[in-house]
Amino acid sequence: MIKIVKRDQPSRAIFFFTPVLAIFLTLVAGGLIFFILGFKPFEALKFFFIVPIADKYGFSELLLKATPLCLIAIGLSFCFKSNNWNIGAEGQLTFGAIVSGGVALLFYEQEGFYILPIVILAGAIGGMLYASIPAILKTYFNTNEILVSLMLVYVSKLILDYLVVGPWSNPEGFNFPETRQFSDSAKLPLLFEGLRIHAGIFLALAAVVISWFVFYKTYLGFQMKVSGFSLKTAKYAGYKGKKMIILVFLISGACAGLAGVGEITGPIGQLHREISPDYGFTAIIVAFLGRLHPVGIIFASLVVAITYLGAETAQIFMQIPKYTGQVFQGMILFFLLASDYLLFFKIKFIGLKK
Amino acid sequence: MHKFLIRSFVSSLVLIFTLTVAAVAKDVKAAFVYIGPTGDHGWTYQHDVGRKAVEAAGFKTTYVEGVPESADAERVLRQLANSGHDVIFTTSFGYMNPTNKVAKEFPNVKFEHATGYKREHPNVSTYAARFYEGRTILGTIAGTMTKSNVIGYVASFPIPEVIRGINSFTLAAQKVNPNIKTKIVWAFTWYDPGKEAEAAKALIDQGADVIAQHTDSTAIVQMAEKAGVYAFGQASDMDKFAPKAVLTSVENNWGPYYVDRVKAVANGTWSQKDTWHGIGDGMVVISDLDSQMPADLRSKVKKLQADLASGKVHSFTGPIYDQKGNLMVAEGKTADDGMLAGMMTYVKGVEGDIPK
Repeated sequence: MIKIVKRDQPSRAIFFFTPVLAIFLTLVAGGLIFFILGFKPFEALKFFFIVPIADKYGFSELLLKATPLCLIAIGLSFCFKSNNWNIGAEGQLTFGAIVSGGVALLFYEQEGFYILPIVILAGAIGGMLYASIPAILKTYFNTNEILVSLMLVYVSKLILDYLVVGPWSNPEGFNFPETRQFSDSAKLPLLFEGLRIHAGIFLALAAVVISWFVFYKTYLGFQMKVSGFSLKTAKYAGYKGKKMIILVFLISGACAGLAGVGEITGPIGQLHREISPDYGFTAIIVAFLGRLHPVGIIFASLVVAITYLGAETAQIFMQIPKYTGQVFQGMILFFLLASDYLLFFKIKFIGLKK
Repeated sequence: MHKFLIRSFVSSLVLIFTLTVAAVAKDVKAAFVYIGPTGDHGWTYQHDVGRKAVEAAGFKTTYVEGVPESADAERVLRQLANSGHDVIFTTSFGYMNPTNKVAKEFPNVKFEHATGYKREHPNVSTYAARFYEGRTILGTIAGTMTKSNVIGYVASFPIPEVIRGINSFTLAAQKVNPNIKTKIVWAFTWYDPGKEAEAAKALIDQGADVIAQHTDSTAIVQMAEKAGVYAFGQASDMDKFAPKAVLTSVENNWGPYYVDRVKAVANGTWSQKDTWHGIGDGMVVISDLDSQMPADLRSKVKKLQADLASGKVHSFTGPIYDQKGNLMVAEGKTADDGMLAGMMTYVKGVEGDIPK
């Protein structure tokens, strides 16, 4: 007989085991979907998860793809840990890219070591400014940060549209919606000749280390954790709630803004209408899959990044529709949320004879 | 873990090797990169129809759909170039810089970029269609069929391609009906059925009884069908989506060009080109004319089509004035391709300003 019993307290082992379970279930379900669609499941999974990263170039592309996801997810973990639901990282990424791109364009055809730091800083400030809107509205007007941050995503994309079509469009570009190419001094240096992986990865790694330190070694991290468990307790303990809300949003916005900088001053090299394939939204999956833990987020960003690469490879070599990549991302989140059931309940097998 | 990585590395090398050898030994392989899904019934759908024509001509093809114009485009292109494809068609403007970048690294692979202007390496060609010729036909029909003398036009983005279409359409409509006004709504999207339908509704509410579109979905013709006004299909024959509303469609017909270019690669005769083909070369096709149009209009349109094809009639023949009444093209002259490529002013008779 099977009996479902409520746990006295959530199991810590299960907490870190369920993401692995979710990935495993996604692979099984994915294989099943491939089978139903008439593809050989193991071959399809191989093209999805192994072939794309089997060489040096593929692996570098994986890191390139995981960098913005990791950076944004680290930022989001500050918000999510403290019960602040910032859904608008995509908007903060876009606005950060706008501000840093604008600064980069000011330095058009200029060279100098000081340009890149200014461009990077501008992106972080842009993201912070944009994230401060939902934060301030939440703290002083009690608005819902989920809605405000989400709606601002669309506003930021329209601002970007306006700029690249109008005032910032390339004067030599026949009025096509794109800016000039940034000068070399405004671009992140490449790490290896012939690969696209750039110095932005150090920003992501720095964010990982700093967030680990803040979460587990500082009083602020402790306050965030308490607020995450119970806002009432946090209030009772006398924590300054408003200040913390604004702080976590600013951190989150800065990280998203930096991810935007990494894209436009890294592989893209200019501003145009489509600078991010919704990294800001996908990073939400990454943050939860990584259990809001800095190290977990590194692994999660790699897993999710490979679903992008795998979808391309699978379409090129096996004609599997590329949109299956998004199906995989959806399934990972679904199975993760579903298996969280095991955090609070355990399944007991009770022998009939006993 | 280490062993596993090495093994997968080796196996993928073997795979890439066999694919390359197979491609060289057999014949030419063509790849297509699409911005949208192949089922959009608009831009991407028509490119995929072209790809199927290449298949039918006996060549192997590969496609990748829904490739964003972000940093991802470059990786997809490199992967295609690396996996034994001899010619790669990149079918959206935003692939311009990645196409040129990857082309530099793969001098033996040919690249064909649609709607762009950069050919930085000898293995990059560009191609586009003179859709404005089709819009001359649509303008002629719209100017004749309208009763309210207000014609609606759903536009995507204020770039020369779109402005040129609006102008060509308006000039043709004025020729048959000097009293018409063209009202524009900017949807700021190429494909968003919801937004496009709203834009069409706004125009119908302002009295437009014929709607033209420069966006890709079927939402506009369907809205026109509901409201009982006329419309034109875009990119593909949209008659089946709105049989009463659609008078005709301007179809993008890429097949002949694609077959031609892939054959050129196979024969070793491929060379860099900048192609801008219209009705005459069959890249722009006018669908069947609806029987709701009077017989004399239909025969007039057929003749206009033949004259545009032969070059006897040019869509932009002077005198053409801008909105302020300044002369753009003198009497008896036609606009040259340079002027067409950079066209960013409305002609007289178009209402409103170009968004800046």
